Amino acid sequence: MAEPTASAEPAGGRRSLSALLTTALVFPAGLWYLVLLVAPLVIVTVFSFGNRAKNGGYEAAFTFDNYTRLLSQPQRMEPFFTSLWMAVAGTIGCLLVGLPLAYFIATRARRRKGLLILLLVIPFWTSFLIRTYSWLIILGRENLGGFIGAIIGDPDFRILGNPPAVLLGLIYGYLPLMVFPLYVTLERMDRTLVEASKDLGAARWATFRQVTLPIALPGLITGSILVFIPMTGEYVIPAILGYGRTFLMGNALVDAFIQTRNWPFGSAMAVLLIIVMLLVITVYVWFVNRGRHGREVSVI
Amino acid sequence: MTASAVPAVATVSRRRGSRPRIDRIGLLVEIWLRTHTSLVYAFLYLPIVIVVVFSFNANRLATIWTGFSLDWYGKALGDDVVTSALRNSFSVALPNAVLATTFGTMAALGLQRVPKRVRLGFDALTYISIIVPEIVIALSTLVLFASTFGIINDATGLRLQLGIPTIVAAHMLFNISIVLLLVRARLSGMDRTLVEASYDLYASPWRTFRQITFPQLLPAIVAGFLLSFTFSFDDYVITSFVSGPGSSTLPIFIFGQVKRGVSPETNAVATMMLVVTLALLAIGQLALSRNARRSGGGQAGGMAGMIAEQR
Repeated sequence: MAEPTASAEPAGGRRSLSALLTTALVFPAGLWYLVLLVAPLVIVTVFSFGNRAKNGGYEAAFTFDNYTRLLSQPQRMEPFFTSLWMAVAGTIGCLLVGLPLAYFIATRARRRKGLLILLLVIPFWTSFLIRTYSWLIILGRENLGGFIGAIIGDPDFRILGNPPAVLLGLIYGYLPLMVFPLYVTLERMDRTLVEASKDLGAARWATFRQVTLPIALPGLITGSILVFIPMTGEYVIPAILGYGRTFLMGNALVDAFIQTRNWPFGSAMAVLLIIVMLLVITVYVWFVNRGRHGREVSVI
Repeated sequence: MTASAVPAVATVSRRRGSRPRIDRIGLLVEIWLRTHTSLVYAFLYLPIVIVVVFSFNANRLATIWTGFSLDWYGKALGDDVVTSALRNSFSVALPNAVLATTFGTMAALGLQRVPKRVRLGFDALTYISIIVPEIVIALSTLVLFASTFGIINDATGLRLQLGIPTIVAAHMLFNISIVLLLVRARLSGMDRTLVEASYDLYASPWRTFRQITFPQLLPAIVAGFLLSFTFSFDDYVITSFVSGPGSSTLPIFIFGQVKRGVSPETNAVATMMLVVTLALLAIGQLALSRNARRSGGGQAGGMAGMIAEQR
């Protein structure tokens, strides 16, 4: 527990008062990180190699059973794949909606820039739960859901409880997280580069692809990761808009930890989820960075 | 610069010969950008507006509009479950915001003075707290509390259980990270010459901190406090797993209601929550933009600018 604080001491005792002050400043935050971040993750990792106790919970053991059971049963892996494709689709959706928006605010809004950013921060600041459940009203059969059903002539048409509703909720919920970093990079962009490109006769699309997009890339990566991570582990949106039927990793984890109280199995899922997410992010960053010699973009 | 000021004229193609030609595609792009932006803002605000409007609906069914009424607010405020959830929400959010802001600011100041190794360790942990999904942290924290409380209770005969203190502790983890990042960003952008000038004038370290460093950090500290409060006030995932009997907060109440079908009372409670958090945002925005004007420069765009930059 004293790990970060002990190493904070300088070599000599000459400035011991100053070292004491530094330790005191850093200690509470370090304690919180160790007890409420490191310890839970270590416990989950240890538990993932254990057995389920008879009436639920954890029984000490060292076995790979949880992992083999997870990886060998396709229906256990299904939430992983649902989560991953949903998160990928949601990230692409946020990008398609967010990039033109960020581009507009950064290059066209001029004096209204501050106002438009404030208008993006307000929904972001507003309760996630409230913004999500409101779609129950909007997409319900009495409103938009029934309306679409009437148009396509299918009285049994439903959006709620199905993947499209969950995907819509994901894009809606996390859009600001994509727009902020994109806006910041585009805002700092040197507009004369675009002018130069046009002066040199480059077509609009070529200018966008070869000038604007590479400049926006760091924001694009940060934004993608900022939305991809919470989407992969999302619990509230599928529980509300998917009626719990669109079963994502978050729902599977809650099911294992709370309903069946199989902590070791749930722990194995949690560990696997973190590993898969780190892999996806690493591959994504590598893919985007390839060919950008010496101008690598860091993950966060 | 003129190009960005007059977009439609800027889209003059110079490719063919010297005679400029108004570019139709360029015009279409401008129209599309504008339409897209307006539609996205409508999309972002529709759900919020719907909740507020339907909280004034006279109909018992939340999804059909029949007429204006304030009854649901009266009903919500007369409901013991709602008032106790409201009380719990404040008992969680306020201590959390005070402690997280204090600890986060302290850590940001302390981290300037530690060896690089320790700072990298802190950075790694901050990074992990961002990368690990909230639900994983929530469930593993529950497992931690349940396991250690079990052991402690068996050994000592105490009766530790989940409740408001465990919610506060769990929320603080995230909020310490947020405050730490905000204050550190401010520290690194700070004008060091003022601090040096203060030392040159023989001011004590404490006085330098109080009169030079702290006022410059204040916007970040205020933003961190308000963000922490709002995060905690709005959070459902972590709260629901580390709360105990009698410590339900407003989001837990709303989630339970939603599961049984949205009622106008749900919308009334939700609207009251929106009023609380948006009032905080307004306070932060006003305080910070005034501060920026007074000190000249500072954070452009007030708190909204700070949040957008941080993300």
